[in-house]
Amino acid sequence: MIYIKKIFGDKLQDYTMVLALVALAIIFNIISGGKMITSSNFQNLISGNAYVMVLAIGMMMVIVIGQIDLSVGSVAGFSGMVMAIAVRDLGLTWWVGVLLSLAVGATIGAWQGFWLAKLGIPGFITTLGGMMIFRGGVIWISRSISVPAPRELKIFGAGHLPEWGPAFTGMNNSTLLLGIIAITAFAFTQLRKHNRSKKTKELWPVLVRIALVSVVIGYLTWIFGTGRPGTSFPVPGLILVVLVLIYHTITTRTTFGRHIYAVGGNKSAAALSGVNVQKTYFLTMLNMSFLAALAGIMFVGRSNAAGPSDGIGWELDAIASVFIGGAAVSGGVGTIIATMVGGLVMTVLNSGLMLMGVGADRTQVIKGLVLLAAVGIDVFNKKEGRQSIIGRLFPAKSK
Amino acid sequence: MEHPIILQMQGITKIFPGVRALDDVTLEVHRGTILSICGENGAGKSTLMKVLSGVYPHGTYEGKIIYMGEEVTFKDIKESEHAGIAIIHQELAMVPELSVTENIFLGNEIIKRGLIDWDAQRVHTVEVLKKVGLTVDPDTLIKHLGVGQQQLVEIAKALSKNVKLLILDEPTSALNEADSANLLELMRGLKDLDITCIMISHKLNEIAAISDAVTVIRDGRTVETYAVEAGQVDEDRIIRAMVGRSIENRFPVHVSKPGEVIFEVTDWRVEDPNNPGRLVCKNSNFNVRAGEIVGFAGLMGAGRTELMRSIFGHNYGIYLGGSIKIKGKEIHVNSVASAIRQGIAYVPEDRKNLGLNLLNSIRITTVSANLKGILRGGLLDLDKEYEVAEEYRRSLRVKTQSVDRGVATLSGGNQQKVVLGKWMFTGPDVLILDEPTRGIDVGAKYEIYRLIHELADHGKAVIIVSSELPELIGITDRIYTIFEGEITGMIDSKEAQQENLMKMMTSNSGS
Repeated sequence: MIYIKKIFGDKLQDYTMVLALVALAIIFNIISGGKMITSSNFQNLISGNAYVMVLAIGMMMVIVIGQIDLSVGSVAGFSGMVMAIAVRDLGLTWWVGVLLSLAVGATIGAWQGFWLAKLGIPGFITTLGGMMIFRGGVIWISRSISVPAPRELKIFGAGHLPEWGPAFTGMNNSTLLLGIIAITAFAFTQLRKHNRSKKTKELWPVLVRIALVSVVIGYLTWIFGTGRPGTSFPVPGLILVVLVLIYHTITTRTTFGRHIYAVGGNKSAAALSGVNVQKTYFLTMLNMSFLAALAGIMFVGRSNAAGPSDGIGWELDAIASVFIGGAAVSGGVGTIIATMVGGLVMTVLNSGLMLMGVGADRTQVIKGLVLLAAVGIDVFNKKEGRQSIIGRLFPAKSK
Repeated sequence: MEHPIILQMQGITKIFPGVRALDDVTLEVHRGTILSICGENGAGKSTLMKVLSGVYPHGTYEGKIIYMGEEVTFKDIKESEHAGIAIIHQELAMVPELSVTENIFLGNEIIKRGLIDWDAQRVHTVEVLKKVGLTVDPDTLIKHLGVGQQQLVEIAKALSKNVKLLILDEPTSALNEADSANLLELMRGLKDLDITCIMISHKLNEIAAISDAVTVIRDGRTVETYAVEAGQVDEDRIIRAMVGRSIENRFPVHVSKPGEVIFEVTDWRVEDPNNPGRLVCKNSNFNVRAGEIVGFAGLMGAGRTELMRSIFGHNYGIYLGGSIKIKGKEIHVNSVASAIRQGIAYVPEDRKNLGLNLLNSIRITTVSANLKGILRGGLLDLDKEYEVAEEYRRSLRVKTQSVDRGVATLSGGNQQKVVLGKWMFTGPDVLILDEPTRGIDVGAKYEIYRLIHELADHGKAVIIVSSELPELIGITDRIYTIFEGEITGMIDSKEAQQENLMKMMTSNSGS
């Protein structure tokens, strides 16, 4: 046990969801007779859900500041539609349309941030309004008819990385390169971290950790890279990975990131520590709608057209991912990585149930139960950990 | 003492996993008297009261409770309440949006034919309110009452249930002087109604004023129990028993070497944000020298905290006018961030709600007011963060296993040290400490005082706002008094006494 802790750190319960994710994948694979863990299924799984995970990134930050954003589905649909219409009717180049769409998203975010930060209207209400306004907006500007999307966008929604280089690798070389980069980067950061904390820490847990992660990444690389010719790790997945790296850094390593957690944990204390609470609210909401626009574009690219009902219900999937990832309803707690694991649990569940031939109705029921169970387990875990109440009463004696 | 014994707790032992919270505690209370239980935070006072009231049901502890001559075995609070034992907790448990009557009968409504009998409830409410000397309309909403009045309603609620033994846990911790005095008077009056009181308190002067007996608990054991004559209690004896060693002086000896005036506030005026036209600070003028500790005394609501928070980047109220000079240079502070940047630090009175994010670890808390201090290339340097936190943990002697532990796991005194470290890391010239020792036990207070002295020795201007006059007199060099938003006087701490301070705090005739 001590050895395991040395490798994974003291908080083993943080890995509960990761274990659940792996277990789910394996169980579904067995039940479905090996259809779950295949190249094409994993590729579809990622490219078909990346947009929800993009939303979940922004939603995690919104939930950490103690708010909620119900409008993301409508905003995604609206921004995607604006782009499609602008390109079709105004004859804009596709990338100008994309920039316009992102700008529309950011503007909507500023609008919602204004209501929350300046006027003090709770995010739930502000974005409930936004949800209606922009859903109505989509239907209005599209006259309830789908609009074809520029073909160039396909790559962002469902594209694959190019094939190149020697064939003896037996897989897509772009994917292979990604895998190698990932392993190298991980090993590099781990070793650097180890070098910085010269004292006390042993080297072997670091090496074991690197070896384990390398095996996992290597395995995934092999799965994603050995699909049908012309397929690879999907482009939307790559966009997601880049966003995760950026936002992981923002939330853990920047002043703004710290401010988000400070505001969510204790607003008054944050204000008295010099945090501009209104600005933090504003930027977080702005960022959310910006990411919603991005998700909308990715989805439009995937489905080749912007439809009036794009985005319905997405907010709920995003919110569920965040909470399955262990965020607190009261704010102040949550991480990007855990949210992604939460999102993957939902995704694997969807895909697995579909492979088993379970209907959409029952899938919905099961997803609801899983959400409750995940949050329930989380709350229970924290109660168990609350021996600290005694520790608090008797700090000197407890150890 | 001729009063019969109403309660005996014999050999009470309560074990939590790994911790012996109570160890063979014995307690005796005579009917119609007031017993004070003293002890440091974590000594086991609250646990003992939870055993008594059935929060920890019979069977989860060892020992016997004999109440009104019979052994009792309460399984929950309902049973102990039924037997006439009521606890009034530190944090009041009332619903702010409900009326006085509704709160008093909450969970205990008078029912007639399936519906609440409002008339009977109101009549009864007026009766019990009279007993506690409160004259408010029973239909008033709780949120419209002051904390002192709410406390009285809570006691009235207990009385409405025919309480015989009333337990008050730190009853005056949230009250101002006048309300505290009022409450203590009421407790004395309860004796005539044949109601026995057990009071848990940190405040020695209160214990001295009203107790008939004192029991001191330390580390889960009864240290001593003795009858006292109200008004003639040896405070030092209690302190010795509480901390297990003698504290020669409650305040460390300190010779300050004040330098130039480095902090100067002129004609500061602030309007009440909820009450247009009312000034909470009326042309306040004061200054602090480098290396000097200046106290601010005033009754609760006099505007001390409001003044300080307003100076701290207009964090409170509507700023009308006035200027601040630091080291002779006029500065403009229109946000908390700018106040911090220009060298002002403010440690708020309410540590749990305003001072700390209880979800955070010690290390994140330590750097939270000066994230710039650990920036490297635009990103937070987490190794630097660890070093900074470690440095303050060591120099402030914070008792913890690691700076990665949550601040919620620390005792009040150690939490306050972490908060002090957080503000020291902002490199301030002026430190404003609002009630720096509230809710901290005697031993830890001494350490906080020493840290305050160290800050002054490093040439900082230190301002202390406190409701405890002996504390102000003991650790400051000069004291300003505030009454109704106005600075009514200034006095050298050597000449200050509780009496003359009190006079200056309660009138605007000046000194």
